Amino acid sequence: MPAPAAGTGPSRAVVDDGDVAGLGKARAMAFLAPALLLISLFLVFPALWTLYLGLTNYRLSGSAAKNPQFVGVDNYINALSDDRFFNSLGLTLLFVFGSAVIGQSALGFAIAWTMTRVRKSVRAVVEFFVLLAWIIPSSVTTFLWYAMLDRSNGTLNAMLSTGNTAWLLDYPLQSIIVFNTWVGTAFSMLLFSSALASVPPSQLESARMVGAGAWAQFRDVVFPHIRGHVLTNTLLITLWTFNTFTPYLLTAGGPDDRSNILPIFIYRLALNDGALGQGSAISLIMIIINLVIATVYLRLLKERKS
Amino acid sequence: MTRKRFFAAAAGLLAGTVALSACGSSSAPSQATDQNADAKEVTLTITANAVSGGKNAAGADWITNYVIPKFVEAQKAKGVTAKVNFQPNGVDDQAYKTKVSLDLSTGQGADITSIDGIWLGEFADAGYISPLEDIVGKDKVQAWDGWKQIKPAVQQLTTYEGKQYGVPDGTDGRVIYFNKKLFSQAGLPADWQPKSWDDILDAARKLKKLPDVTPLQINAGKAMGEAATMQGFLPLLQGTGQPINKDGKWQGNSQGVQDVLGFYSTVYGSEKLGDPLLQQDAKGRDKSFQEFSQNKLGILIESDYLWRSVINPSKGVSPMADRDSSVGWAKIPAQAAGKGPNGADFVSMSGGSGEVINPKTKYPQQAWELLQFMSSADAIKARIGSTPQISARDDVNGEILKADPLLNYISTEVLPVTAYRPGLADYTQVSAALQDATGQVAAGKSPQDAGSAYQKALEGIVGGNDKTFK
Repeated sequence: MPAPAAGTGPSRAVVDDGDVAGLGKARAMAFLAPALLLISLFLVFPALWTLYLGLTNYRLSGSAAKNPQFVGVDNYINALSDDRFFNSLGLTLLFVFGSAVIGQSALGFAIAWTMTRVRKSVRAVVEFFVLLAWIIPSSVTTFLWYAMLDRSNGTLNAMLSTGNTAWLLDYPLQSIIVFNTWVGTAFSMLLFSSALASVPPSQLESARMVGAGAWAQFRDVVFPHIRGHVLTNTLLITLWTFNTFTPYLLTAGGPDDRSNILPIFIYRLALNDGALGQGSAISLIMIIINLVIATVYLRLLKERKS
Repeated sequence: MTRKRFFAAAAGLLAGTVALSACGSSSAPSQATDQNADAKEVTLTITANAVSGGKNAAGADWITNYVIPKFVEAQKAKGVTAKVNFQPNGVDDQAYKTKVSLDLSTGQGADITSIDGIWLGEFADAGYISPLEDIVGKDKVQAWDGWKQIKPAVQQLTTYEGKQYGVPDGTDGRVIYFNKKLFSQAGLPADWQPKSWDDILDAARKLKKLPDVTPLQINAGKAMGEAATMQGFLPLLQGTGQPINKDGKWQGNSQGVQDVLGFYSTVYGSEKLGDPLLQQDAKGRDKSFQEFSQNKLGILIESDYLWRSVINPSKGVSPMADRDSSVGWAKIPAQAAGKGPNGADFVSMSGGSGEVINPKTKYPQQAWELLQFMSSADAIKARIGSTPQISARDDVNGEILKADPLLNYISTEVLPVTAYRPGLADYTQVSAALQDATGQVAAGKSPQDAGSAYQKALEGIVGGNDKTFK
């Protein structure tokens, strides 16, 4: 809030109490209450409930379903001494890095960048197809991908003449990375398209006039304008990818846990094996990792602003 | 800035908790047995892992086209308007179990649910199901004339700690199937009966010489689920002489377990008598069925389910037009002659399913009437008349099974030597550990490593090595 110019009158007190709208505390709270209630109901309560379940041996069936016992931090100790947990964590990081940070961001940007210099009709067609991958229900797309990557009658093997290569079994993590890149690129593309539209053409023009090459133009003109978008985009797709469950429909975490990313690990542990308490504990660890990721990105955003 | 931070924090929280937020325990005492007993309008729901045109299609069609209309008609004659719904499912047994557990745990779920006998202990311990006498009344349960048609061994399928929780609807038996066409090409006899594990391996080695043929399929691994335990590990373990659970103790990494894992290692190891990738495929079991029906797989251990529901020329998922002439079967041999339990030469495993009544049903008496109707001789004949199956009822079996050579074989030759899984709440977890061990060996791990990992997992499940034996 800019300081008022001197002499505008002594009657206006200049107290920055943050009450810009002039609502007063009570009315402000009344406005916030519905949102807070929803957040408590759907976010805070489930998180606390997860925390509670994670401290018990609660199971989907059997006597521990009826009378769960309090087991303290046993579930956490089990998780942190379990090779399968670290295997899943490692796979998840690779998966996020490969399919979100590299795959979706880079491909999304590349498409958006290319589309700035083609005819409108071409652009409409390309965007339509990229969006299609995003909006078709995942049960349908996974079925199509399963058919494409299948060992015995797969389209990919027919196209590449690769015989009976079992893509989903020999390259499970690579397969779901490519798949997830394909699904999610649309979001990055849309976001970067609008970001690139905000780069003033005059600045690009000037850069070209002084002889800047494509890379220099990108680095010195385009990037400073879209840096905020890059961070926002990376934050969102990182969190989404970290928590996506769709690859389950392709590989079910297998073979031999080689595509067992954390959400699938938790699902199999909690619902297939019925270990809900143990699953809750790992869910909470996942929540914390999510919060850490979010905080790091927000720090970066803040640095940019100041 | 703060708003954005809050948004991100919220997004993080939401993402992580969705998976498990809805889980909590609920258990309320069941209501009076005569609740709504005189109702003039009744709504009941049946669920099973069956769907018209897909999994167990015959069972689904039977419920929709026979059970529901006939029951509604019978009720109408009594002046009661009954509305019966069927909730079909067509998924892996594991996914079906998860769904049913979640339904029952929230006090919802169908009034009559079909469950695998092996889930009974877990469901009962969790309070998801109750003894029939608590739901509908002891006199009403005992009054049913169907009980005397069901053998005690079969009644055990729906019995837990001495109490009857439902009505069994059938049992099964496992045999070793083989493709006679491939056998004749490989110079093997059409009346093959292996007498030891080595006989199986020798036949597989001969089949190996045929082009594009997988000689042998012994289910392994997590992706196969219970099929890896029931059609793979347990019949083999039975052949070493010791059951998986004896006198309340579970078999750990014993010599028998090592022998079984060694057999897996021979099958999926360097000789490649089986296809290790098929064991890792999320849809591996269905694919193995498909290969068998297309004459690409030589030998396979399965229950009668394969015969009547998968390769059935008229109703199967992977129909085999010449099933009757080209599929052979034999008893599963022990490791070597006389190595089975009590010196048995041949072994098998049996399971079965049954129907239970939801303790939270609004119409306990009517649900019991419906269940009795579904388990009546006429209804079962209608169900299995066209695709014979070993039913729970002796009167029906006597009439129906003679017509089908395989089922007749199983009921006369296999059921006398078969064994049932221990109906203990820990069983499914032990089974999962066995699936892991077999899957690891199929993927190339040594039997020693897989065996010690199994021992460790087992001790974690049952609580210490004083509850295991070697």
